[in-house]
Amino acid sequence: MKVLVPVKRVIDYNVKVRVKSDQTGVDLANVKMSMNPFDEIAVEEAVRLKEKGAAEEIIVVSVGPQQAQETLRTALAMGADRGILVKTDDAVEPLAVAKILKGIVGEESPDLVILGKQAIDDDSNQTGQMLAALLDWPQGTFASEVVLEDGKANVTREIDGGLQTLSLQTPAIVTTDLRLNEPRYASLPNIMKAKKKPIDEKAPGDYGVETAARLSVVKVTEPPEREAGETVEDVSTLVSKLKAEGAL
Amino acid sequence: MAVLVIADHDNESLFDATHKTVTAAKAFGGDIDVLVAGKGSGAVAEAASKIDGVRKVLHAEGDALEKQLAEAMEALIVPLADGYDAIFAPATTMGKNCMPRVAAKLDVMQLSDITGIEGTDTFERPIYAGNAIMTVKSSDAKKVVTVRGTSFDAAGEGGSASVESVDAPAGPFKSAFVEEKIVQSDRPELTSAKRVVSGGRALGSKEEFDRLIVPLADKLGAAVGASRAAVDAGYAPNDYQVGQTGKIVAPELYIAVGISGAIQHLAGMKDSKIIVAINKDEEAPIFQVADYGLVADLFNAVPELTEAL
Ligand SMILES: Cc1cc2nc3c(=O)[nH]c(=O)nc-3n(C[C@H](O)[C@H](O)[C@H](O)COP(=O)(O)OP(=O)(O)OC[C@H]3O[C@@H](n4cnc5c(N)ncnc54)[C@H](O)[C@@H]3O)c2cc1C
Ligand SMILES: Nc1ncnc2c1ncn2[C@@H]1O[C@H](COP(=O)(O)O)[C@@H](O)[C@H]1O
Repeated sequence: MKVLVPVKRVIDYNVKVRVKSDQTGVDLANVKMSMNPFDEIAVEEAVRLKEKGAAEEIIVVSVGPQQAQETLRTALAMGADRGILVKTDDAVEPLAVAKILKGIVGEESPDLVILGKQAIDDDSNQTGQMLAALLDWPQGTFASEVVLEDGKANVTREIDGGLQTLSLQTPAIVTTDLRLNEPRYASLPNIMKAKKKPIDEKAPGDYGVETAARLSVVKVTEPPEREAGETVEDVSTLVSKLKAEGAL
Repeated sequence: MAVLVIADHDNESLFDATHKTVTAAKAFGGDIDVLVAGKGSGAVAEAASKIDGVRKVLHAEGDALEKQLAEAMEALIVPLADGYDAIFAPATTMGKNCMPRVAAKLDVMQLSDITGIEGTDTFERPIYAGNAIMTVKSSDAKKVVTVRGTSFDAAGEGGSASVESVDAPAGPFKSAFVEEKIVQSDRPELTSAKRVVSGGRALGSKEEFDRLIVPLADKLGAAVGASRAAVDAGYAPNDYQVGQTGKIVAPELYIAVGISGAIQHLAGMKDSKIIVAINKDEEAPIFQVADYGLVADLFNAVPELTEAL
């Protein structure tokens, strides 16, 4: 079985972003970039499937600038077998990413595509579902458990009221939630080995995909700041303040 | 102009998130129809017909619609889209799961989790865990939108729309429902509760979480929430998680107990009206958004607070 894992290079989750003063976007100059945390979970899941003998090959793909190669190397160091960099300096929207991924699926015929549920930069939460629609594949989004058996993927999903389990015919799309697993850190020997693993370079045009944005950015602004509050010295003061505000 | 609003419900009751989405649809403009897709969901269709401002309810009943499985929802909604300028759904797990499929099939870029509408093609949405607000203009002919509930008031009652049956898609579908573990609770639902008490890693165990957070919430008639760390550690169920990648809440009163205030947590609660933080570390970032901060050991402060109410 082949598993495809799309990984996105995003601002590190620990970085506090700053909006640019000209309101054109956020400042990405000299900030730490990392693999989207949900994609680390996706890579980890694929590697575990391989370790269990359920998967033979893991292909990782990133759509992004030259530096997205580092993100692919990280995934290769975690245990993926080879990478595909679909190189572009444009900001590619989820719909176009899904179309590129559809092209790659056509060439590689994976049985499972595991994506993150959400990229922590655009917070879109849509690429996996879009890919599923474009391929007419079933989807198990927000997965907290994936069990493969008899050509089916049983996916337990984190939904609003609790948990839901679906049985998907493969090939299928899975998107990861936080509780699916805890991603490993790559060991030094594996980081060294990853340097020798192959990364193919492609362009969106190779898949016939136009990356022109459908959503043009009018402006990007700071959210309203909260006024600094006050420190209360004890519980009874807290209670009387809340009463005075009508909150209790 | 016309908007189709996709209802979120459990076949018995219509969720409040639907009413909020109707309000967003009103801001967009035009006639508003609501689609209720389910099984044995007559009461939900009835409830939807009473929402103020709704022209018509479309009601589809079918096995695959019982759990609103994404493929079946896509097959139902895509053909209906012809008659509408926009399709709106709440950004609940239902909306997040189904709507991007619809958008992809219609070849449009979805507008996820919008918090504002500035015209029929211009929308506001938070990015980077709410640390930036982006205003975008869509060039797609049809708009596919999911709506953040905390940004819109619920539409009221008073409507008397007609209910019209529509055929459920035939299938077969490539996914099947196996089971669901839904926690039944008398507590108010987290995203629409007026008060929320959330516990963090500092609680240390599920026992302590239940012993300290739950009685405080009970006293306040509040919903219970949690930080990711508390959920990961098993102190609280996953659907209690408040934050960037969990639930977004904006109650009148939010009490954060033993939560540090990581940006991912703040993303889910910083629009609350009054925020109270109880944390023993006076440097904890949660105090930067708190209206009232109590620097104290929660194991003393929480029982005292519960007692005082
Ligand atoms: C991709 C991604 C998504 C995420 N999504 C979310 C999300 O949606 N929601 C979310 O909450 N987090 C999310 N996180 C996690 C987030 O970054 C933090 O790790 C998490 O919020 C920390 O939880 P916490 O505040 O309970 O724990 P900690 O950060 O460990 O804080 C515990 C706090 O308790 C205080 N404390 C300790 N003992 C006591 C005591 N006896 N009395 C009083 N105070 C005490 C400490 O001073 C500390 O401030 C996400 C992270 C990633 C990478
Ligand atoms: N540029 C990209 N390159 C590779 N994978 C991507 C890219 N954008 C999105 N993805 C995948 O789609 C998931 C969801 O992203 P989004 O829909 O943008 O929130 C991510 O977690 C990735 O797995």
